[in-house]
Amino acid sequence: MSTLLKVENLRVSFPTHRGRVEVVKGISFTLGRERLGIVGESGSGKSMTGRAILKLIRKPGLVTADKLEFEGIDLTAQSEKQMRSVRGARISMVMQDPKYSLNPVMTVGEQIAEALVTHQKLPRREIEARIIAMLEAVRINDPQRVAKLYPHEVSGGMGQRVMIAMMLIPEPELLIADEPTSALDVSVQAQVLDIIDDPVTRKGMGLILISHDLNSVSRYCDRILVMNSGVVVEECAAGELANAKHPYTRGLLAAMPTINESRDELPVLDRTQWAGT
Amino acid sequence: MTTRDWLLEDSPTSRWQANAGRAYRVFTALLRNPLSVVGGVIILVLVLTAIFAPWLAPYSATGQDLANWLAPPSGAHWMGTDELGRDIFSRVIWGSQITLTIVGLVALISAPLGLLVGAVSGYFGGWADRILMGFTDIFLSMPKLIPALAFVAALGPGINNAIIAIAITSWPAYARIARAETLTIRHSEFIAAVQLQGASPLRVIVQHILPLCTSSMIIRVTLDMAGVILTAAGPGFIGLSAQPPLPEWGAMISRGRTFILDQWWVATMPGFAIIIVSPGFCFSGDGLR
Amino acid sequence: MNAIDLKNLDISYGDTKVVHGVNLAVAEGESFALVGESGSGKSTILRAIAGLAPDWTGDISVLGRARSHGVDRAVARQCQMVFQDPYGSLHPRKTIDSALSEPLAIHGLGNRDERVEAMLKAVGLDQRFRFRFPHQLSGGQRQRVAIARALMLEPKVLLLDEPTSALDVSVQAEILNLLKRLRREQGLTYLLVTHNLPVVSFLCDRLAVMRHGRIVEVAGVDQLKHGQLVEAYSKELLAATEGANRAAG
Repeated sequence: MSTLLKVENLRVSFPTHRGRVEVVKGISFTLGRERLGIVGESGSGKSMTGRAILKLIRKPGLVTADKLEFEGIDLTAQSEKQMRSVRGARISMVMQDPKYSLNPVMTVGEQIAEALVTHQKLPRREIEARIIAMLEAVRINDPQRVAKLYPHEVSGGMGQRVMIAMMLIPEPELLIADEPTSALDVSVQAQVLDIIDDPVTRKGMGLILISHDLNSVSRYCDRILVMNSGVVVEECAAGELANAKHPYTRGLLAAMPTINESRDELPVLDRTQWAGT
Repeated sequence: MTTRDWLLEDSPTSRWQANAGRAYRVFTALLRNPLSVVGGVIILVLVLTAIFAPWLAPYSATGQDLANWLAPPSGAHWMGTDELGRDIFSRVIWGSQITLTIVGLVALISAPLGLLVGAVSGYFGGWADRILMGFTDIFLSMPKLIPALAFVAALGPGINNAIIAIAITSWPAYARIARAETLTIRHSEFIAAVQLQGASPLRVIVQHILPLCTSSMIIRVTLDMAGVILTAAGPGFIGLSAQPPLPEWGAMISRGRTFILDQWWVATMPGFAIIIVSPGFCFSGDGLR
Repeated sequence: MNAIDLKNLDISYGDTKVVHGVNLAVAEGESFALVGESGSGKSTILRAIAGLAPDWTGDISVLGRARSHGVDRAVARQCQMVFQDPYGSLHPRKTIDSALSEPLAIHGLGNRDERVEAMLKAVGLDQRFRFRFPHQLSGGQRQRVAIARALMLEPKVLLLDEPTSALDVSVQAEILNLLKRLRREQGLTYLLVTHNLPVVSFLCDRLAVMRHGRIVEVAGVDQLKHGQLVEAYSKELLAATEGANRAAG
């Protein structure tokens, strides 16, 4: 398995009135052409990790890493201009809420077209064909009609599928999906994750799925990193999650009610053990 | 425990400490912004000047010294004298009282009025909204100075009428802002929660919606203050506001106009005062934002 | 007497009807769940009972008394609501103390200091939180405040609109435990709206599955636990949840 992304000692910090506070405290991992899940609760640093890889952390936030290497390119050394040719074209990112990520005054088709032509020049006819094909690939039934709709005219689930279409159309080698389904209904969640899964299995795209939801991550990923207050506390194969060793992971698993719940009280994490909150 | 620790305490033990702590945090944040400090200093100087005018002014504001008329700036008269031999520096200092009165009264009349009209209109919607906003739009559609001048002309010239006229013409902008804010707040869950507790519309508006509108309103008012000073100078300039011998800055400029080519200081010095004070309000408003 | 009775309830927003002919009875002391996907009308029913969606026809009665269409002071003492978003449901400029005192002030109740202190204790918040502002609290702590606020008037019926869906798993467990304990201690009736079936399994006695503004099925929680829901759509929902859970199993 070839290595797609190599991260060593990644740190993200922000200044506060009590000095700099690290939200990601030196994490390291490598990613091949596989599906990696990063799981954690809010404030664990999981989203910051995703953004740091794309160098999307704004000042005064500070990103440092011993190594941040994507396909042999040293991302830490890239200028903002060079990063722009990497973002979207080679590494894409899907955000949580489609409502805020889509431009309200452009049709769905125009936005997907823009994602495509920013990175490569194509004849008009071919662009249109690619858009329709892409919308079909994200399982939109009537792609010709949907391409002419504005974002407010589509449902949440469809909006997220449009977002994914935008992100996948330049055929990136790595997709970072930050909570892509948490704003969606359960039945739609499965569909959306299947759509993301498709280019991974067919084209060997790498996927980093960032989520708070242990269940969906363990279902869709090959490998899982569990993060808590900026550090990776557990790394395991997705199938092995039930046998997790770290007390934090075990606590998270136990705290979830099940469909056949017989406990009278849910076990609660003893936070003092891992973090000062 | 120092006062600072008490103010920044994470777990205040009383209502008073919680509110004082929040005020202190806003204050320290303002101090970190150099522009707002400049603005604050200018306003502070203006206020102090107004309060201590009797002691600061070297001469009387109205005392004439015809032997010494239209004297250029000198050691005895820092800003020179006007056509009746009155010391311009003293008049500018006394004028700060008038300016501050105008600004203060306009803010006290028009901001609460606009806030109330906007909040009521936004909260109830429907007919109340249409009537109140229709009325507001009529005022908004006219340039501020025109109705102000019309009012003063109708009510008769004088500083009090000028204040009323400016206040009447400046509330509609605030009503619009307050309405827009109310519309975004009205459907939030914390408003729904107090409604569910049985709170009356009056209580919801006054205690829960208005406090959220006031901060943006204060910012807007301070930003507008510069405009108010200029608008106030407008009627003064045409002679419809402060009547002689009151040292209103706009009126002073107006009188100095006659001599502007040969005795430039008569019109320029009060002009400087306006130019310095106006940005003072702007800067502090900007800092508050 | 039933805590909540809905008869032939139709609810509209503007020109669109979002709830069609719902009949439902929730017994006193019961914990009942409305489940369904977004747009199924489950939250709208809750808002109509609370008085926040006034455009309805049919009958709504709370503890045997028919309620009016708008917000109602008498209903306020008996029936309160907890909202989904702990960040949006607290006034950003008011301390926890004033959020909790407000309902007492509205209804002219005395002993405010003691009541606020007792309520903070009941929802498991330390007294040092009392004079903090919402932005100084975590999501879970805010939701505790929201629950405390709803309970200040000592209502018998609590409407819960996705009270844990905006929270982390570990915090959700704390809030679910709290809700369960409060219900036991104060004999409350819950009407819970959620899309999360495991939460129903933990907290509720019965559930109604909703789709497109209609009730598809009413079932006991045991039927849910043993996968014995009858209607096809209910089974679909259950399968989607179980599918997501299986891998972690």
